[in-house]
Amino acid sequence: MNDTPCPMPRPDVIDTYFQEHRAKLIDIAAFLDRVDRSSGGVDDDVRVRALHKAIPLLIDGRGDRARRILELLSDPTTDPVDQAPAKGAIGVDPNGSY
Amino acid sequence: MKYIDPHIHMVSRTTDDYARMAQAGCVAVTEPAFWAGFDRSSAQGFYDYFRQLTDYEPRRAAQFGIRHFCWICINPKEAEDPAFAREVIKFIPEFLGKPNVLGVGEVGLNKNTRNELAILEEQIALAVEHEQLILVHTPHLEDKLKGTRLTMDALEAAGAQPGRVLIDHVEEHTVGEVLGRGYWAGMTLYPDSKCTPQRAVDIIEQFGSERLWINSAGDWGVSDPLSVPKCHVEMLRRGHPRELVEKISYENPRAFLSQSPKFSLD
Repeated sequence: MNDTPCPMPRPDVIDTYFQEHRAKLIDIAAFLDRVDRSSGGVDDDVRVRALHKAIPLLIDGRGDRARRILELLSDPTTDPVDQAPAKGAIGVDPNGSY
Repeated sequence: MKYIDPHIHMVSRTTDDYARMAQAGCVAVTEPAFWAGFDRSSAQGFYDYFRQLTDYEPRRAAQFGIRHFCWICINPKEAEDPAFAREVIKFIPEFLGKPNVLGVGEVGLNKNTRNELAILEEQIALAVEHEQLILVHTPHLEDKLKGTRLTMDALEAAGAQPGRVLIDHVEEHTVGEVLGRGYWAGMTLYPDSKCTPQRAVDIIEQFGSERLWINSAGDWGVSDPLSVPKCHVEMLRRGHPRELVEKISYENPRAFLSQSPKFSLD
């Protein structure tokens, strides 16, 4: 791992990217509100549970947040499966203990 | 600034996209064989698709001064039926000899099934036997980490040289292991999944610029055929030198692809 510092000074990083990521944060909040206001289906969808589990990693004070969240959302098993239920992926490990 | 988009599905794009890419500095594309969004009903459907990649598409690109190269394979999403996949594999060698074919790709896994893995292993063996470069598709979302590792294990078991294999669609949780095991790594710039241009530049800052490239993987889905030049803008606005931008999006793909004697920008 090279870990070259971002050449853009920190104040410029914040000036450049803050508004975009503020908007993304509000999007997540609004999405969770929307889920709460909706009805039908299962009460504890694995995708929403995974999102709840991932959010604390953003503020745990450690780096590598993107890598750690991607790993949290990944299938941790190592053997190929006999058959897949569908071609698509859902975004989280469907058998995960989130 | 001139660049190569080493992974884009131009059969799914309009001629206007070629024009815009040329205006943005694109001098060459390489187009892996992939899933059309639906399963083909016969092996003959693949035969015609391979003809499109090796005959028609290079002529369309040439109208805009863009060199067109491609990769041939049966993709992992249609590899779940081994008998069907093997019908396709039978005529792949015929296309490996075409002047714009650089190797076997994009092979890989989709849902990490045993059938997909068996067909991947057979296509890796074909590539090794015919001394071809290999372009690897890694699975989506929750299946990527496991599928990337299974694929690298299969490549190593078959004796494929890591320096002749590009493993594509890496993200923060796979790039380190791919580079660490000696492979080339591709970052795909998508608006909603894989890497955004911002995250791709973060990865370059963390992992360096050796054996790494960027591509748009533009296709029939949500994607952007101009994402490579947009990533240039992101690198430059952060203060990275133009030399680094050129290395990532021109020199690196040229170095990897030039391992095929058919690749030339002259």
